[in-house]
Amino acid sequence: MSTDAVLFAVIAGAICVSALMVVVTRDIVRSAVWLLFTLIGVSTLYFLLGAEFVGATQLIVYVGGTMVLVVFGVMLTAQRQFLKIKTAGPEWVMGGILALALFAVLVNVSLSLGQKHPAPAVATLPSAGPLGMAFLSKYVLPFEIVSVHLLVVLIGAAYLARAKRRPKDGQP
Amino acid sequence: MELYVPTPKLSRALTHGSDLSPVKDLFSFLPAPFDAVAAAVVVAGVLITFVAVSALIFIWLERKVSARMQDRLGPTRVGPYGLLQTLADGIKLLTKEDVAPDVADKWLFRMAPYIAFCASFVAFVALPFGNGIVGYPLGVGAFFLLAVLSSEIFGVILAGYASGSKWSLFGGIREAAQVVSYEVPRSLCVLVPVVVAGTLNLTTVGQQQVGFFWNWNVFHDPFTFVAFVIFFIVATASCKRAPFDLAEAESELVAGFHTEYSGLRWSVFFMAEYASMFAVSGAASLLFLGGWHTGLLPFELSEKLGWAGHVLNAGVFIAKGFALVIVMMWIRWSLPRLRIDQVMMTCLKYFLPISCGLLLGVCVWELYVPNAVENGWKLLSAFATLAAAVLLVVKLFTGPLTTPNGELPGVWAGRPTPLTKPAPAPEAA
Repeated sequence: MSTDAVLFAVIAGAICVSALMVVVTRDIVRSAVWLLFTLIGVSTLYFLLGAEFVGATQLIVYVGGTMVLVVFGVMLTAQRQFLKIKTAGPEWVMGGILALALFAVLVNVSLSLGQKHPAPAVATLPSAGPLGMAFLSKYVLPFEIVSVHLLVVLIGAAYLARAKRRPKDGQP
Repeated sequence: MELYVPTPKLSRALTHGSDLSPVKDLFSFLPAPFDAVAAAVVVAGVLITFVAVSALIFIWLERKVSARMQDRLGPTRVGPYGLLQTLADGIKLLTKEDVAPDVADKWLFRMAPYIAFCASFVAFVALPFGNGIVGYPLGVGAFFLLAVLSSEIFGVILAGYASGSKWSLFGGIREAAQVVSYEVPRSLCVLVPVVVAGTLNLTTVGQQQVGFFWNWNVFHDPFTFVAFVIFFIVATASCKRAPFDLAEAESELVAGFHTEYSGLRWSVFFMAEYASMFAVSGAASLLFLGGWHTGLLPFELSEKLGWAGHVLNAGVFIAKGFALVIVMMWIRWSLPRLRIDQVMMTCLKYFLPISCGLLLGVCVWELYVPNAVENGWKLLSAFATLAAAVLLVVKLFTGPLTTPNGELPGVWAGRPTPLTKPAPAPEAA
């Protein structure tokens, strides 16, 4: 077994354990922390495969952005401290069926791929330079659409969050 | 389909690759996978030792700097010049009880300092200390550095939340709001020298600034000059250093996010803070101040002198990082703390638009400004800065260093002090 395969096994195992803990943990902030570990694990997997840019993007977008949102959301919306999630019986059944179905599909797909573990990275994959050039040449239309979309979201958020002005004459 | 035409700068960045082979060769007696593992362990050990030792020195420096700023002596008893004071404090912290509050979420509370430290430490993996002296030569080093340094807030937020204390929670929330906003101008300011260099690889950015000091990115054009100043301020803010240390405002929040911590866990937070201070200072010196180059020699030291050159390079880089950290301490002990609304306003109303403008400006400069103007600017700005620095030092040492007893210096000259002889008071009844 090569070093890459061993490292992959270690990282993938850590990701699986932390992903399981996300759903097993009852405490919502603890499960957010486990999600943080899962996302960091996925980014290390990208680094292992030689996709440095994707790995760093995973760190800055998901680990940085999403986790701040999760923690903020949980901390500012929970009614009392250390909110616990209670799962009822039917939810267990439905969730279990869905999880089993998804697991079966994933196992089926990965077995049909025919390669037992990813081939070790020969050289680092295209980094920021080629990706940026591709965005501005071949994929310029999707790139622009996404950019305008994000701008609209940004303006919308600023509009919703702005201070409400009162009319000057005292009328509501 | 050919998607892009590699410019010389870009292709150099893409083809450049250094590796750990010198360290790996030391362990060539081990079978194949284990030499790499041993090399990785050695490199990680060296980095973590550097972080720990520099934190010891920084804490001593912080006390000495603050003492001098306040006309005190600082630590003097333990060791020469009090150098061993931090070590003594470390032993004291080790023997302290490791307390966790009753209402705290114990697991998160115990883990939070380590998350903060890991985030700061991982930044050192991509930080080149010399020409190719880097833990892992990432092609997107600058981007990676920004990504991991902004994850340090998790430790702080978790500490604030898990402590189960109002003060801690306030500290955590303030820190989160502050860092999330300051992340944006910080990234934009990093982009300015990256546009000049044409690569995100920190080693390549350092190599491009070889030669005399007017080749440093900070003197490249007016925009990088301003970007350096803004980057430094914003980096100070993102390390939660005064005047931006709202997360631990002692006068309002007891100690902010680390109110409930004691002993070794408390000190891990400080190790994380000093580690990230050095990491951003190192990034600033790589991106703007010539990295490991002295700026006084027209050649790359490591190519002429071999390993001695590498050692000198690392020394120069560490000296630059330390100098910038000392400037951060200087700022901390000179300026009063801002209010939270002032902190947010400075970022969103000033730094954000200014850094957007800088990014646009540097792009225009790179595209349209002729070489002659660029070279002229380089020499002009470099020598103007040098002259200003020399003038400042001369002014410092030629003027009267002290004023006579009972008088105040500078603009306060002539004001009464407790030591001035009071004017003869009219006779009381």
